[in-house]
Amino acid sequence: MDPILRLEHIRHGYGDHFLLKIPELTILAGEIFAVVGPSGAGKSTLLRLMNYLEKPQHGQVYYHGQAYTPGNLPIDLRRKMTTVFQQPLLLNASVWQNVGYGLRVRGSRNGHEAVRRALEEVRLTHLSKQPASQLSGGEAQRVSLARALVLNPEVLFLDEPTANLDPSNVRIIEEIIRKANLERKATVVLVTHNIWQARRLAHRVALLYDGEIIESAPTTDFFHQPQDSRTSAFLSGELIY
Amino acid sequence: MEIFLNGLRQALALIFSMDPNLLEIVRLSLLVSGAAMFIAALLGLPAGLLLGLKDFPGKRVVVAVVYTGMGLPPVVVGLTIYLLLSRQGPLGQLAWLFTPKAMIAAQTILALPLIIGFTMTAVAAIPSALVMQLRSLGATRRQIVLTLLYEARAGVLAALIAGFGAIISEVGSVLIVGGNIEHKTRVLTTAIVLETRKGNFSLAIALGIILLTITFSANWLLLHLQGRLDPRQ
Repeated sequence: MDPILRLEHIRHGYGDHFLLKIPELTILAGEIFAVVGPSGAGKSTLLRLMNYLEKPQHGQVYYHGQAYTPGNLPIDLRRKMTTVFQQPLLLNASVWQNVGYGLRVRGSRNGHEAVRRALEEVRLTHLSKQPASQLSGGEAQRVSLARALVLNPEVLFLDEPTANLDPSNVRIIEEIIRKANLERKATVVLVTHNIWQARRLAHRVALLYDGEIIESAPTTDFFHQPQDSRTSAFLSGELIY
Repeated sequence: MEIFLNGLRQALALIFSMDPNLLEIVRLSLLVSGAAMFIAALLGLPAGLLLGLKDFPGKRVVVAVVYTGMGLPPVVVGLTIYLLLSRQGPLGQLAWLFTPKAMIAAQTILALPLIIGFTMTAVAAIPSALVMQLRSLGATRRQIVLTLLYEARAGVLAALIAGFGAIISEVGSVLIVGGNIEHKTRVLTTAIVLETRKGNFSLAIALGIILLTITFSANWLLLHLQGRLDPRQ
């Protein structure tokens, strides 16, 4: 698999305090890459850097081998990737209008069928006319996912997409993520503190701890033969942070 | 009570007879307040959006100035504009004094802080992470601005309602800078003052009823729009 995203010499934070210190990290096209780690490790910040939503203080973020910043990333490339945040952040509009938002800003005229399909995929066709403000947490997160899927992104970033959701919604969302990767061929970067979710979904897993990538490996190796003692401690729940 | 009934009767008679003098006054009232609203909205909506979204050094001072402006006494605004536009004033060569242009300028200044203040409050209530979400969904800067204004639509419409309500019904500034000149700068509020001074209470009340009807209709229209834009209705 070819590299699709690459981070080099990243040092990022506030003032002189660097929250993230990542010498090198590569995401491969077509994979599901999970970043696990305790809360406050810098996982969400890392995702914002990768999606060009925040500019690193030092270092470069490469997309298809080309370095860009949030300021100079061409709009057509920005539109090849999208993020689903932990909070669904839906618009004060109907479910249908929310799902179609990204298509509307792209000026797409044939969005009807795509929205219908995306809603079907997240099993919310019956709520399409409902105001988004009246949805449950799980439904809102599924709408947020549909809003991203409808764009057929090349890279899909997911920031704790199932945090605080019930098992039924977790199962549905994980199924959607798997399908997005398999059928829509989306490269998925998943940030989660749920190691079991990473194990179920990812091809490769990395542990981010205190702003540093401690270990990055194929999922089986990561869980069965961790190379770093901190990875072993994190997996066994013994890592103190 | 009889005065009010007479006023109501006269108001209806004036409206149905399509009195040309009355129509001229109503037309000028709507023109002055409408133009002032248009300019104030053009300047105030982006300013309110900026203040609601961005943090910058000195923002607190700017916000305090806006809030102070929301309670600006119309006569003080009228006096200031008068001094600026008077023949010896720095803008005297414009020759706007005692013309509708001066009235529009005064009403714009009165409506502007209201529109900025209400828009700023409405936009500040939107989660700041939404901007990042919209950018991530591929929206351009312009599309993000329009989406945020749409998200804050209830507050934005309240801003327009407050602005229009404040200027269509104010008399202090238009009287000072317009002068209440017949066929030139007479609007509903200044006409009411004049008729009251003349002891023409029925006509004054009639004009008051017409003014209230216009304000009510404008608010009804905006509320109707607010309802239509609400996905819950």
